[in-house]
Amino acid sequence: MQVRLTVNGDPVTAEIEDRLLLVHFLRDHLGLTGTHWGCDTSNCGTCVVWLDGEPVKSCTVLAAMAGGHEVRTVEGLERDGELDPVQQGFMQCHGLQCGFCTPGMMMTARALLDRNPAPSEEEIREAISGQICRCTGYATIVRSVQWAAAYEACRAEASRAEASRAEASQAVGSAS
Amino acid sequence: MQVPAPFEYRRATSVEEAIDLLGELGSSARVVAGGHSLLPMMKLRLATPERLVDINDLHGELGYVRVDPGEVRIGALTRHRELLESDDLAAVHPVFRDAERVIADPVVRNRGTIGGSLCQADPAEDLSAVCTAVDAACVIRGAGGTREVPMAEFYRGPFETAVGDGELLVEVRVPRRPRGSSAYEKVERRAGDWAVAASAAALWLDDDGRIADVRVGLSAVGPSTTAVEGIAEALRGREPSEEAYAQAGAIAAERCNPVADLRGSVEYKRHLADELTRRALRRAVARCRREG
Repeated sequence: MQVRLTVNGDPVTAEIEDRLLLVHFLRDHLGLTGTHWGCDTSNCGTCVVWLDGEPVKSCTVLAAMAGGHEVRTVEGLERDGELDPVQQGFMQCHGLQCGFCTPGMMMTARALLDRNPAPSEEEIREAISGQICRCTGYATIVRSVQWAAAYEACRAEASRAEASRAEASQAVGSAS
Repeated sequence: MQVPAPFEYRRATSVEEAIDLLGELGSSARVVAGGHSLLPMMKLRLATPERLVDINDLHGELGYVRVDPGEVRIGALTRHRELLESDDLAAVHPVFRDAERVIADPVVRNRGTIGGSLCQADPAEDLSAVCTAVDAACVIRGAGGTREVPMAEFYRGPFETAVGDGELLVEVRVPRRPRGSSAYEKVERRAGDWAVAASAAALWLDDDGRIADVRVGLSAVGPSTTAVEGIAEALRGREPSEEAYAQAGAIAAERCNPVADLRGSVEYKRHLADELTRRALRRAVARCRREG
């Protein structure tokens, strides 16, 4: 069968077997190996991608079911050459050891912060409760997500300050 | 690598079309909604449908929670996350939010649906017990029309429901009765696991604050998720009290039929059926009183 969908903003058309799982479609057909394939039973969460903006376990979604929809993978987190704050957080706070669970963790974390920009530790732990880090690095994963949240809050503050400076300059007619 | 056996994928774009497709394909077809029960079963060859009818495009038609004065109507394609986040539903039947907090994990809840859970009819599944407690009815649609089936008749046994070939579960209806509330108590080994045991209780008080009616549904402690018989008869007309909860718990423990497995022994699961039924009733009563 033919499937048409959007992956990381780009339209994709492919001829696939009806039974192909989304995780294998992304990895084997599109070469997007950032999405990892783990337990195959929707337990470990390393295969998490977004389907229409919601994190889903791509080992338990058919590629055919994604037809007509938008998929975003870990490769789509970076924008204009700049790593997403969640990716930066994982670097800053050692959020990965072996790195196997990392793509799924980051996709879930990004979705969490989009809905809840200032999550508590408990909310972060709840959000990633369907994902397994066998290095058991949960403490640093949580800290990485907290770093991203703090970074985004500071950046928003800085941008407000910048806007205020521009407004103040305009008000007194000085060159900004 | 786990992949399902070959099948033909079909997609429905309206309820009408889904029913036409299912009627045309007969017993060779299965409906796939969230897919988080069916696809794992297909990977293990426990299910080998020749055709899958994907109904996810029907979310506009079948994804809703409508709280009316007399009843709550939940579209079959309403996802677990939507049930969890519905404040209107939590206000009238808090048992749904209790259960949804502990069903699978947040990512799975983005995908799984109430209709899929009920149609899977896994005796360890949570929403069957919940819907049993709140006395829900399932609306099944086929080419011949629509019929409404109470949970006791909907659930025919493990992995078997009243939904026939060419039919689709489209809605779950939950009656609203005054001075009632509900609660769900579950013990699981770790986040996202199936229940070791769980108890859903719904309870209604009369004008004098005595128990007017009560329904308890158990999960994971036997082949049946139908309401535990004898509890309502034992508790009606009594003051809500620890003694009453204990009696209900004892009936639940006696009437359930657990098997020993990796999650626990028969004795442990009976103990949980007892204790969780007491806790669920205690919480339901506290909620009833809070709402006056």
